Amino acid sequence: MINEASLPLALEAPEWKLPSSRKVAVVCLVLTETCLFSIFVAAYLFYVGKSLTGPSPREVLELPVLSTICLLSSSITIVFAEGAFKKERKRLFQLLWLLTLVLAAVFLTMTAIEWHRLIYEKGLTISTNLFGTTFYSLVGLHASHVIVGLCLLLLVLIFSLTGSLAQMHRERIQMISWYWHFVDAVWVIVFTVVYVIGR
Amino acid sequence: MAIREIALPGNRATDVSFVDRLHRLVVTVDHKKLGLMYIGTALVFLVVAGLMAVAIRLQLAIPVNTFLGPDVFNRFFTMHGTSMVFLVGMPIIAGLGNYLVPLMIGTRDMAFPRLNAFGYWMFLFGGLLLYFSYLGAPGLAGHGSAPDVGWFAYAPLTGRAFSRGNSTDYWILSLLLTSVGSTVSAINVIVTTITLRCPGMKLMRMPLLVWLMLVTNFMILLALPGLSGAQIMLLIDRYLGGHFFDTQAGGSAVIWQHFFWIFGHPEVYILMIPAFGSLSEIVPVFSRKPIFGYPIMVGATVMIGLISVSVWAHHMFSVGMTSVGNTFFAISTFLVAIPTGIKIFNWLGTMYGGRIRFELPMLFCIAFLFQFLIAGLTGVMLAVVPFNWQLTDSYFVVAHFHYTLVGAFLFGMFAAFYYWYPKAVGRLLDRRLGLWHFWLFVIGFHVTFDTMHFSGLLGMPRRIFTYDGGRGWETLNFVTTVGAVFQAVAVLLFAINVVRSAKRGKLAGNDPWDAWTLEWTTTSPPPVYNFEDVPIVRSRRPLWDLKHPEDPDWKYEESEN
Amino acid sequence: MKPLWLVYIKFADGVTNIFSPLSQPAQEIKESSILVLAVCGVIFIVVAGLLLYAIVRFRHRAGDEVSEPPQVYGSNQIELAWTILPLLIVLVLIMVTSRTIADIQNRKPPPTAVHATVIGHQWWWEIRYPEFGIVTANELHVPASDGHGSRPTFLKLQSADVAHSFWVPQLAGKTDLIPNRENLMWIEPTKPGVYRGNCAEYCGTQHARMLIRVVVHPQDEFERWVKQQQESASADTNAPKGRTVFFANSCVNCHTIRGTSAQGKFGPDLTHLMSRETLAAGAAPNTPDSLRQWIRDPQKSKVGCLMPNMQLTDDQVDQVVAYLQTLK
Repeated sequence: MINEASLPLALEAPEWKLPSSRKVAVVCLVLTETCLFSIFVAAYLFYVGKSLTGPSPREVLELPVLSTICLLSSSITIVFAEGAFKKERKRLFQLLWLLTLVLAAVFLTMTAIEWHRLIYEKGLTISTNLFGTTFYSLVGLHASHVIVGLCLLLLVLIFSLTGSLAQMHRERIQMISWYWHFVDAVWVIVFTVVYVIGR
Repeated sequence: MAIREIALPGNRATDVSFVDRLHRLVVTVDHKKLGLMYIGTALVFLVVAGLMAVAIRLQLAIPVNTFLGPDVFNRFFTMHGTSMVFLVGMPIIAGLGNYLVPLMIGTRDMAFPRLNAFGYWMFLFGGLLLYFSYLGAPGLAGHGSAPDVGWFAYAPLTGRAFSRGNSTDYWILSLLLTSVGSTVSAINVIVTTITLRCPGMKLMRMPLLVWLMLVTNFMILLALPGLSGAQIMLLIDRYLGGHFFDTQAGGSAVIWQHFFWIFGHPEVYILMIPAFGSLSEIVPVFSRKPIFGYPIMVGATVMIGLISVSVWAHHMFSVGMTSVGNTFFAISTFLVAIPTGIKIFNWLGTMYGGRIRFELPMLFCIAFLFQFLIAGLTGVMLAVVPFNWQLTDSYFVVAHFHYTLVGAFLFGMFAAFYYWYPKAVGRLLDRRLGLWHFWLFVIGFHVTFDTMHFSGLLGMPRRIFTYDGGRGWETLNFVTTVGAVFQAVAVLLFAINVVRSAKRGKLAGNDPWDAWTLEWTTTSPPPVYNFEDVPIVRSRRPLWDLKHPEDPDWKYEESEN
Repeated sequence: MKPLWLVYIKFADGVTNIFSPLSQPAQEIKESSILVLAVCGVIFIVVAGLLLYAIVRFRHRAGDEVSEPPQVYGSNQIELAWTILPLLIVLVLIMVTSRTIADIQNRKPPPTAVHATVIGHQWWWEIRYPEFGIVTANELHVPASDGHGSRPTFLKLQSADVAHSFWVPQLAGKTDLIPNRENLMWIEPTKPGVYRGNCAEYCGTQHARMLIRVVVHPQDEFERWVKQQQESASADTNAPKGRTVFFANSCVNCHTIRGTSAQGKFGPDLTHLMSRETLAAGAAPNTPDSLRQWIRDPQKSKVGCLMPNMQLTDDQVDQVVAYLQTLK
């Protein structure tokens, strides 16, 4: 019915700037993960005080101050690392990026130590009571996201050290840092819910 | 002409071996192929789950029937429901979106083609895993088979104590896989829509199907975690000794229901909204008028999406919530009916004053409108909490949701298939066979589901494998079963039509329906790159402007601002 | 001998039409439902009528001019109109709904009320009357609110395993029985009879055969029923062999027969088994033959049920049946 060759309508192209695909994708990912965490947070809050037996939060939880400082600082170091990357200061970037990685690793190690203490000294496991179930699930879900982030950070570090990273990868690095900020923000929520409200 | 020759449909059968063609499907990242793969696979599951429904109806046709024992029956209704929602509904909308969105917004492919392929294969593997449960779930102790806990798998029936063997685990794991597929597909469609529109296509110039796909996919991102989260919790209960839904340890069975329906209610809108989108493309073309109230249609859909996350507990009115809780959810449910009704009125307004052509896509749309009207009204009835106390968990509800899912969703999808099949394949579906499909399906649908409402009003609960005589249910059930047979035949005719017309249908050309959106500018089927030159648009109906330079849309749209 | 009240009570029609209520709150539910049906009916007629009109009036006719109809893009006034009108209708529905919810959910038991606790099991109903000291199964006996005054029955609903739902359509809407949660409902039937219902929440294999019978008595007859149920098991010595078999096997681990050493809590109370119309929550009539079949192999009568096959010989089965027949 229509003359195939007619389009475009001989219009001049208007000013046309659309957002970057990667950015929108990471925002979508963050959105859906936020919803996932919300479900576990909701379960945690719902079950506060409802355990029939076993150790209560007040009895066994200690504020994870050091690990929190480490994790939140890693958000700062990653911002500086990005700045260094933009200025093409390769060694500084690698240093700051490594620092971010190390801080994340420290966070995970301290979480593992805390879990070891809770399980073997305090007798709190995922099957002990409702507190145990919701605690390990929520904190564990967060920790799994930290592990994924750690893998991504490690990957970038390896690429940088082998000389494969260039300015064209700037946005990808920024997307990883956005994911990382998300993980840290979730920790703020988890910390508040578990160690402040829940106790 | 040069363009035409490059884009001839398919590969000539003589040129490429079967293995080669299969290989191309396996490695493809082309949104068009993947879209068709989604839809094709979904149609296979439709037939399988449909046959289960026929078996269920045969068992219920007479009282105290022994055609199916309780175990087989309970697995059938669980697998039927789970398959229809997750292995038919979700992939059809994913396929429709992945196929059409790039074509409608004037771009060459989705934003993340490999992610697109990943999503399809996750869906396929999830579906196969669910059906593998028939073989794998008995495990060593011989318990279990396919899941038999109902498609919404209420706790604590799904706990280790009551659900032995691995059947429930298959239900969980297969759906976790398909949910990953749905999530990545959703991200892909959203990113494509936001970042790859052709120059001039502002958000308020997109075809309504694209808008509605955007809304639906955002809802997928928000709603699916409810299900996945609850399923992970259930896995923790079943394997790590967790107590999320363990009532013996103080856990709550009701919280499963909350989490499930926080997913489950938006899910049904996730399915319906693309059907709305299809209607908003098809009804205008066959009424020869633009959609009535485009901005309102966008706004109403966004409202539906927003309100729909606040209505979930209307599935739980009999659970024993407080009167305040019950009233709140009744109110939110009534409110979501308003933008939904507005959409019906706008379609009506589109047809009003038009020159309606009763081609097959339009026939299915007209049936949709009547049926969706009824479905919406029975939904309003169900929102009246005291009435709900009688109707919930009865065959009235089964009738209501089949009215929405078959009478509206499936009819809308059939309309979409008849409308866009010529574009995808290059040939029209046979009209005569299509009319048989349509009329048999309409008759069968109404015989089955109109009657079913009355079984519910007479006290027949759902999910029962048999019933005694003397309850007043015998005749109604028999009639309901007869309708199912009609529907099965109709779908069979459709399947035959799809296969036959691929080789023997009338050639469609670029624009068989005299339509107005960008996909109709390409050849049928489109070349793998979609558009040789990236289009530039100035209005919502670029082809209308081309065909009617004396009365172009952009004149009206620019005065709108 | 058949219990006296079964002679008097006319069996209600097996048909359980929600629009033939014989009790509150089913009656009030029906009244609000009729209003809603009427509103929806009117909406349907108007909108479907308009649709039909549009299809007929605006169809493309063969002789039509080729040019397209006037391209109308919308109308803000019309949109406003068909938003406001539904909003008003919704307002009415909200008022009707919230009032009925309050009426039903906020009722407090009067001093004359009968209190019973219903506990759901896979796939039978345990019924306890704490004030009367009665425990029975599958048949809920209640008084009618007749000339002697209002005597509603208030039910506490609990579950021993999975989620169930109590639905007797002619008496009330459904309320679920959920483990670790106590729900409340009430009924106030006015007409004596036997009212049938079903479990209405899928609870596993035999969900379909977890049936309910609510037996409504005139008030004086109800008092007689209570007294009869309060008696311990009959000391009838007509079936000594069966008695021996019963108490020698592990029947006593699951079943209670008040006044004997059988104090099992896992299965239905059998103290007055013969006063019930059916066996196995409506899965079979309460006759010697079906009782025999049940005991011989419960899985044949109700596959998947939790009573095991006790592997009794035919003679033993006959003896046990004879013994159970003494439990009037």
